[in-house]
Formats: sequence, structure tokens, C-alpha cells
Amino acid sequence: MLGRIKQMIVKEFIQVLRDKRTRFILIGPPIIQMLVFGYAATYEIHHVAKVVVDLDHSQESRDLVSRFTSSPYFDVRWQLSESRQLGDLIDQGKATVGLESHAGFAQQLRKGETAPLQVIVDATNSNTALIASSYISQISLGFARNYQQDRIYRVAPQLVEAMPSVVLEPRPWYNPNFSSRWFLVPGVIGSLTLVLVIMLTAFAVVREREIGTLEQIMVTPIRPAEFILGKTLPFFLLGLFDVLLIGTVGSLWFQVPFRGSICVLIAGVLLFLLCMLGVGLLISKVSSTQQQAMVTSFFYIMPAITFSGFGFPISTMPQWMQYITYALPLRYFLVVLRGPTSKASSWIFSGRKCWRCYALVSDSLR
Amino acid sequence: MIVIVMPVAMVLLFGYGINLDLKGLPVYVFDQEGSQQSQDLLKHFQASKYFHLVRVSTGYPEVTRALDDGHAKMGIVIPWDFSQRLRDGGPVEVQALVDASDDNTANVPIGYAQAVVQGYSAEMQVNWLGARGLSVQPVPVSVETRTWYNEDLESSVFIIPGVLALVMLVIGAFLTSLTIAREWERGTMEQLISTPVSAMEIMLGKLTPYFVLGILDTVVGAAIAIFWFHVPFRGSFVTLLAASAMFMVVVLSLGYFISVIAKSQFAACQIALIVAFLPAFLLSGFLFPIEQMPVALQWITRIFPARYYVSVLKKIFLKGTPAAMLNADLIPLAVFTVILALLATCSFHKRLD
Repeated sequence: MLGRIKQMIVKEFIQVLRDKRTRFILIGPPIIQMLVFGYAATYEIHHVAKVVVDLDHSQESRDLVSRFTSSPYFDVRWQLSESRQLGDLIDQGKATVGLESHAGFAQQLRKGETAPLQVIVDATNSNTALIASSYISQISLGFARNYQQDRIYRVAPQLVEAMPSVVLEPRPWYNPNFSSRWFLVPGVIGSLTLVLVIMLTAFAVVREREIGTLEQIMVTPIRPAEFILGKTLPFFLLGLFDVLLIGTVGSLWFQVPFRGSICVLIAGVLLFLLCMLGVGLLISKVSSTQQQAMVTSFFYIMPAITFSGFGFPISTMPQWMQYITYALPLRYFLVVLRGPTSKASSWIFSGRKCWRCYALVSDSLR
Repeated sequence: MIVIVMPVAMVLLFGYGINLDLKGLPVYVFDQEGSQQSQDLLKHFQASKYFHLVRVSTGYPEVTRALDDGHAKMGIVIPWDFSQRLRDGGPVEVQALVDASDDNTANVPIGYAQAVVQGYSAEMQVNWLGARGLSVQPVPVSVETRTWYNEDLESSVFIIPGVLALVMLVIGAFLTSLTIAREWERGTMEQLISTPVSAMEIMLGKLTPYFVLGILDTVVGAAIAIFWFHVPFRGSFVTLLAASAMFMVVVLSLGYFISVIAKSQFAACQIALIVAFLPAFLLSGFLFPIEQMPVALQWITRIFPARYYVSVLKKIFLKGTPAAMLNADLIPLAVFTVILALLATCSFHKRLD
């Protein structure tokens, strides 16, 4: 029995590795993708193109603008003195944010009235718009507060000292630097592994069927369980190799710390690979052509990545969709990869899920 | 089957699945004092639609546990001498413990929380100054933000137009990438070559059905986007169709080219994934804004045609940009169309080697 499995494994390795292109596919693209996507996937905003229209030309309005100029979040690219071009620049997508202080801005401030400030945000990307407008109001409110204090100071300096105020002291946990890389790089690692392993295994059985070699295997004395083992092990090893490759490159290059226990990580990686092999083989088993296998695996990969919490918070999905996410191994794997927020128990889930898949496949092949 | 199900499924998937908006963030509160003032502050949080006060905890550990378990995304801790220190004057800190493991849902609520606290602080100062005979406005600058093109900041509105590009990519590049490879693998290529059909005819024959399907799917996808998700459609439908036709030729040629050079369905599928699908997902501006990427990467995005098509889609849907203003995207797209169509035509020869 061991001999037969060994033969099967040797055959699979030869089949996968003999093709120059396939060999390259296993090493080159995962690294390149890890690097490129690691950089691409970010929700942070820096240097958002901004256009400023200052119709007031006062000390106050200049002061406000200079606060935006010195902020790392915005790049003041244009300073105009009429508002006509503002709309055009945003329409053409050259500026994402427009700020307009109307004539009389300073006068209203000096009189102690509330001076309006017009802000236009291009919300084609609603996420960027949301974060940008949050920064804009923080900066403008900061300006307003200082202005208020200066005003009071001029009138009654003794009051400023004694005036009460409340400030919020944010303590961001688990990710003190607010680096979206810490959040997204593990997601990219997990997703790439998923795509790679599913795509590798989805073709495993169906190719034999399509070419007609499955019949030849049927007439050999190999048993279904041995066949499955022989099919799985090579892909398991290849997947392991790739996961290590991607994981090492990703975490070293982007300097994402891993703060969990190594044992949990190893267990998580192994279980996740088994899950994905199970899903891949199942797809391979039920498809009758490779094209079908590809479409099916695609139909699995899309929701598996989207719903995993890779880049989009699960908590904001509709309730029925949140239930779907419980059936996705990647969801749990990402928790393991991102390290402890004391949710370590969820990898047990992942284990259960994986054995179910795997058992399903072995059954179906018999 | 796939042709109808695919666009519907993908638009629904992304339309519902991706939501970066924040409303009703679960908040635990640990009010160590429980005075009139601290209650006032909490009322300000309650009034905000962004926060949902789940629970007033009785101890610090309960808040930290809730954050650990994910029951709360934010914990607000009010010090035990809150009102005392307010009377003494000077700044009083209120702690906001935020689960920042998901960066996106942490940055924004901190901003909102700060706005809430500042609002409370300003209101209190006005009262305080008023009591001392000084009348001022709470906040002397009011920020009037108008969000253009997507007034309610709906994630689905920003994401769905880009999904059309993904649908076409799957139909065009993925399915076609297997067509020629399959003939090689099955050995039917020899039969095909022995027939009098020319290379050009084979290509057109293989690709035309997919072209029709792809365009059909664009229309189906656009219809769902507009009528189901109420994504605004402000541009011209003709421009959309023209750009879609161009992009369809691009992805079909790409798929065909891959198919010819790959020779095996497995390799073809992998290559299609690497050069077509993943870049379209992550580098096209579909989700992650291109202008926020490092400059080197911004240049790399230019070699992927999906970038231009996604940009066209968003502009047509949301901005209603007229065709003449879309040159910056349409011209590169046209160039890609020509190059890839030529590449696909020249790549296939009726030879067995």
C-alpha cells in the first residue's frame, strides 16, 4: 500500500514539475504578487490631491489653509482665487478634495459668528471620501478651537487657564500605528494561498478524467483512499512550500509582526491547507471538464475571499451574509494569521470544517 | 447558465458583501463616576448615528474582554473624578479604547468620537463662559461637506461599477484562455489544422460567441446595478457600450493569446489568473485607490488595461463624464485593444510543434 502511494506521489510530482511554466508559476508569481499587492492594498490616505479656493485672502483663511498644507494627509496642489475651476478639477479627477472659504470668512470670525467653510469631496471612492472628510473636519475644528481660545485670551486671559475642556485620548489596540498593512498583508497571504492551492488541486482529478488517464488508473490495483492520498500529499507539500514562501516574503518585507503562538500558526497553516485541498479536490471530482473545474473554483474563490474579512469587515455585512462567512475556512485562517485578539479558539472551528470537507471528498471518490 | 448567473451573482456578492460604511458601531462604556456631567457626555454619544451604546459596564476588565471578543469595537472610559476635574478647569481626558486590528474601522470612528467629544466640550465651554458674562459661538467654523457623485457615501455605489470589469474579465480572459489549450491537450488540434479553416477564422469563430456573451453580461450587470442597487447612471449608454466592446476585445485577445502560448489548460488558467484577474482585482482602482499606491506601483498599474476600463466605468456611472473627457482612459484602452488583437492574431499558426 505504501509503495502504491509512493508511486502515485512520484507521478504527481513529475507531472506538476516537469513543465517549465508550471514550475515557474509555483515560485515567481506568488512572490511578485505578494510584494505588489502588499503595496496596493491599503486603505490609508496620504497626500490626497486637494484644491483650495481662498476668496477671502485674510490672515485667518491663510492660517487655515496652512494647516492643510502642513498635514501629511493632504497635498494642496492648487490655490485658486475663483471658484469656477474648482468643479472642473474635481470633475476631471485631478483633485479629490476642494476647500472653499468665501469672502467675508474672517469678518464673520472676528464678529464672533459661525463662519461656514465649503468642502467638496469626490466620493467616487466612498472609503477615501469618508476618511478624508473625517480628517478635514478634525483639522478645521482644530483651527476653530485655537481661534476661539485666542479670542477669549484677548478678552479675558484669566479665563483661558481655568476653562474646562474634555479631550478624547484614543488608544488604538492591536495595531497602535494604524497601519493598514498589518491588517491587509495577512489577508493577502491568506488569499494568495487559497487561490494557489484551489487552482492547483481543482485540476488534479479532472485532468486525468479529461485526458482519459483516469480509466487507466482505475484498472490499476490502487484503492480510492490511496489515490486520494497520493493526489493530496504532493499538493499539500507544494502548498506548504508556497505558504511559507509567501508568508516569509510578506512578513519580512512589510515588517508585519506575528504576535501569536507559533504552534497555533503552524496548526492553522496545516489545517487551512487541508481545507483548501479538500475543497479543490471536491471541485475536481464533480467537474467533468477542466473548464468546468475552473469556473466552479472561481465561483468558490470569489465569495471565499470577499466574505473572509480579507479587506471588508464582516461586521458590516447583512446578517444572512455573516452566517455564510462561518462556512469559510479563510475567515478563521485570517484570524490565526493576524495574531491574537484572543480569538485563538476559532482555529478549532477551522479544524472541524476541514475534516468535513476532506471526508466528503474521500467518500465521493469511492 | 453561467452567463446569466455569473454577472448576477458577482454584482450581488459585491453589492452586499462589501460595506466599508460605519454605522452603529458597538460601544461599551465604563463610566467610573456616573455623575450628571458624565451622563451628558454619554448622551452626546447616543445621539450620534455612528455609535451604538451596547452596555454600560461596571469594570475595566469587562470592557477589555468585550474588545477582545469583538463584542465591542470601542470602549469609552470616563475617569472617576470627571466632574471634579471639570470644575477645577483645564483639560480632562476621556479614554477611547479602540479595536484597531481592522484599520479601516478604527480610523474613522476615532474621528467621529473626537468630533462628539469636541462638540460636548465646546458646548460646556459656552455655558461656562456664559456664566462668566462672555457670549461666544460653540464652534466658530462650520464645515459644510458636500460629497459629490455619491452623496450618501454608499460603498456599493463605488464598488459595483468596477464589478462589471471583473465579470467581463472572467468571461473573456478566463473562459477563452482554455479554448485553444483544450484543443492541444485533447489532440483535436491536429484535426482542426487538417481542415481548410484559416487561423483567422478559427480565432473569430472561437471568440465571437464570448464577445456576444460578454456584452450581454455587461448589460445585465449594469441593469442590476442601476435597478437593484440604485447605482446612479449619469453618463451615456453608448459610451459605456463602446468602452465595453473595446475592453471585451482586450480581454478576449489576452485570453486567446494566453491559450495559444500556454498549451495546457492548467498553465493557461494560472497565467490568466496572474496577468488578468488578480491585477484587475487589486491594481485597477476597483477597491484600492490607485493614487494612494506607491509611485512605482502606479506605473505598474498602467500596463493592465483593467485600470482604464474601471476608471471609465466609474466616470460614466457616477460622474457622467462625456465621452470627449474620457480620452485619458479611452485612448490607452484603444491602444491596448489594437496591440492585443494583433498579438492574438499573430500568435496562432496552423502548425504542429
